[in-house]
Amino acid sequence: MTSIAAAPHARRKELLAALLRSGSFLTGVIIVLFWIACALFGRHFVPYDPLAEDILDSLAQPSAQHWFGTDPLGRDIFSRFIVGSRDILTVAPLATVLGTLIGTALGLLTGYFRGIVDDVVSRLFEAFMAMPTIIVALLAIVALGTSKTTVIIVIGLAFAPSIARTVRSAVLSERELDYVAAAKLRRENAAHIMFVEILPNVLPPVVVESTVRLSYAIFGVATLSFLGFGLQPPSPDWGLSISANYGMIAGGYWWTVLFDALAIASLVIGVNLIADGLHGALDA
Amino acid sequence: MGCTVRSMPESALRFDRLSVAYRVGGQDRAVLRDLSLKIARGEAYGLVGESGCGKSTVALTAVRYLPRNGRIISGSVALDGADVMRLDKDALRTLRAKTVSMVYQDPGKALNPSIRIGSQVAEVFEVMGLPPAERKTRAFEMLKKVRIADPASVMQRYPHQLSGGMQQRVAIAMALASDPTMLILDEPTTGLDSTVEAEVLDLVTDLRREFGASILFISHNLAVVAKMCDRVGVLYAGMLVEEGPTERIFTAPRHPYTVALLRCLPRGGQRKDQGRLDTIPGILPSPGARLPGCPFAERCAIADARCVSELPPLRDLGGRFARCHYPERAVQLPRATPAEAAVPNVRAIADPVLKIANVSKTYGQGDHRIRAVSDVSLTLMAGETLGLVGESGSGKTTFARMLLGIVPPDPGGRIELDGKPLAPSLGHRTPEQIKAVQIVFQNPDSALNRAHTVARIVGRALRRLAGLRGAELTRRLDGLIEAVRLTPRHLTLRPRQLSGGLKQRVAIARSFAGDPRVVVCDEPTSALDVSVQAAVLNLLAELQSTHAVSYVLISHDLGIVRYLSDRIAVLYLGRIMEIGPSEQVFQGPHHPYTEALLSAVPDLDGTRKSRIRLTGEIPSAANPPSGCVFQSRCPRKLGAICETTEPPLNEATPLHLIRCHIPAAELENLQRRPNSGARDLIRAESS
Repeated sequence: MTSIAAAPHARRKELLAALLRSGSFLTGVIIVLFWIACALFGRHFVPYDPLAEDILDSLAQPSAQHWFGTDPLGRDIFSRFIVGSRDILTVAPLATVLGTLIGTALGLLTGYFRGIVDDVVSRLFEAFMAMPTIIVALLAIVALGTSKTTVIIVIGLAFAPSIARTVRSAVLSERELDYVAAAKLRRENAAHIMFVEILPNVLPPVVVESTVRLSYAIFGVATLSFLGFGLQPPSPDWGLSISANYGMIAGGYWWTVLFDALAIASLVIGVNLIADGLHGALDA
Repeated sequence: MGCTVRSMPESALRFDRLSVAYRVGGQDRAVLRDLSLKIARGEAYGLVGESGCGKSTVALTAVRYLPRNGRIISGSVALDGADVMRLDKDALRTLRAKTVSMVYQDPGKALNPSIRIGSQVAEVFEVMGLPPAERKTRAFEMLKKVRIADPASVMQRYPHQLSGGMQQRVAIAMALASDPTMLILDEPTTGLDSTVEAEVLDLVTDLRREFGASILFISHNLAVVAKMCDRVGVLYAGMLVEEGPTERIFTAPRHPYTVALLRCLPRGGQRKDQGRLDTIPGILPSPGARLPGCPFAERCAIADARCVSELPPLRDLGGRFARCHYPERAVQLPRATPAEAAVPNVRAIADPVLKIANVSKTYGQGDHRIRAVSDVSLTLMAGETLGLVGESGSGKTTFARMLLGIVPPDPGGRIELDGKPLAPSLGHRTPEQIKAVQIVFQNPDSALNRAHTVARIVGRALRRLAGLRGAELTRRLDGLIEAVRLTPRHLTLRPRQLSGGLKQRVAIARSFAGDPRVVVCDEPTSALDVSVQAAVLNLLAELQSTHAVSYVLISHDLGIVRYLSDRIAVLYLGRIMEIGPSEQVFQGPHHPYTEALLSAVPDLDGTRKSRIRLTGEIPSAANPPSGCVFQSRCPRKLGAICETTEPPLNEATPLHLIRCHIPAAELENLQRRPNSGARDLIRAESS
């Protein structure tokens, strides 16, 4: 019995220990923390002003002076590479949070009430998910005009259905458990049962799913920027830089695109590794 | 069997000073400690113990099938003379294919759901290297040997199309197909209905005679082991604490743990008004705990300083063994719980609380209708316990859920609480009515929200049902927690930090939060170990005497039903077949179905009971038999009248009703005559 007394924080400790044992989680955290640090403090350390143009030194090859070379406007690519995560690391997480909030609420409602609302909403979700996210996002942005807020709202809404589906399927099995019947037998209302009784128990799969969604959001924002509908110049955003320079590859100026592409890939991989580690530790 | 043992002295299975550990969280945790046992050829050896004591690990070690984190620290295992630990891959495979077979608890999981039974059984013969032509015929013969009436059609079916008992027969057929020298049965009947359990156990007994295999029979159910085995080993914290011939272990145990365990069971028709059950204080040491002395010392009332510091050896007491320093004192173990109830359960003349009239429940619609409960009428008095018994599928749970308002009954029925009609569904009941009828669910893991603390789970119920706030709530919460024998320390814990018994106490505390009039107890102890079960039953009896609450008790364990119930209703296919005062139902005359249920239960005290066996399975409620619904399985069927006319509930005594065409007096005659064992039992009880 004495072992029980010391146990209240055991669950959290256990979880933390499992995460720290997971190699993929640690690797992911290191990568993502690196980019967050770059976004927050990068501009104090970069060798050049990421926005400073130097036409005389345009398209310089990687060298000791410019580690990753320069772009057509003569801006230092290494400096832009380091600070390029700033916008994407605010837009993508905010979009994910928005999508998670809306998706969780919808998933709880449809999973708990079932019936006709569930049928209609679920079919709508499926139809929505059948359409490519980027096309939907493009249409919305064209209709609403380009801004960071629009991108956040559009990507958030686009991700809500998949979160909602994850939550719904978890709720479907939870609502059959006896603690829900017990709550009804003490006259709890539906909102209490959904948000106070069921929600805490469906959080693990939600956490995993929204981390996966975050990596898609990063990818989505980068794609929108690349297509010219996301972040706008002169932001040093990676997708935007690739978009501005990809025509140069044919001319042999590979360095104008490669490093930004690698940056996007590493961030996406980092987030996915975290999701993988969480999945293992939460067993969701 | 005896002669087989003598002619072949070599043991079929032998563990020699075996220690096994599981690696959890980077640490080796000892699960089996220095375990030695021998099973002779043709012998049936029973291994009993509570959950977590290492029973299943013994089975897995025998065939070298430990999970990946499991490791044998020391010792050896010999199967049929071969050292299992030294075998190479091929030899191990041959051993598993030919020498040893296992049957697990859940046959639904042991069978491959996507392969037909025929091919699945034939696979065993394929492994043995038989030509394809022979495999199917051998499979057919094997299924016939396990008393499957129509093997050809069963072979065409998939596992999910068979009942649990049938699945277990198939699993046993597969296990015996290779004619193994050693058969390991790990809780083979746990989760099966008692009638099906009886059939499976009979089958194993018969096949044992036929095949002559040695058996390692693992079970938490002492009565089942007593019935099946020649010798018994009692496992505690991974150690063998007592071993010997079955009868001597169960009639004259020499280890305090065995003594205590046997006292936890309601036996010989014990009832709540005759006193409380004994319990075992404390909990089982966790795997890997350091145990310098006797593993049971911490919970043993006769332990002294020597027991705590010095591990007793497994002492030879003349053909039997006990790991105790003072085996001669074991029987004098004082009770942990006084037999006298603090407030005795006395039945006063009381008013009816619930009146149920002509209640039915039909599921489905159109052509496919299932009548789960059919025209049930009964009355529940204040402060009494009504036991509901019957096989699964008899409508017990549906009936209970209708009382609660979770499942609305069909129109036409009537439920009254204190003389006022009770709305069919929860949403239409008044707060007072909802408060009055509560439930203790079967599985506390499902019933308690794992995200919430005990304080929150019970506190919320007090707030909603008793309408308490602030200091008053805290005061009542403390009182309630104390009433179910928990301490304030437990309040901050979450369900996963509690053991099964403690969880069920939390669930009981919650159900009593609003001072209910009726509490439905749906298999309240089926998920619990024997020692914990006794404590929970005591608690329920005590709360009933202090709160004057009525229980509707659903249980498949007739010992528990008898202990707690004042009246009993026997359900079959949603109909009441028999209802009456508990003692009258148990002593007879019985409805033939009740008779079959009673004779199906293996009993620690009277092993010479009558053997009325039900053949076949409970028919589908979608298509019940004509006339009396029980006629298709009835061992005392009269003839045409049973098939055409549904019998009314006839009075055996004014309070004891039996739905049978055979008059009560004749039933009594029929049931007394061939059945001297049962009569002895009753006589033994009254003396």
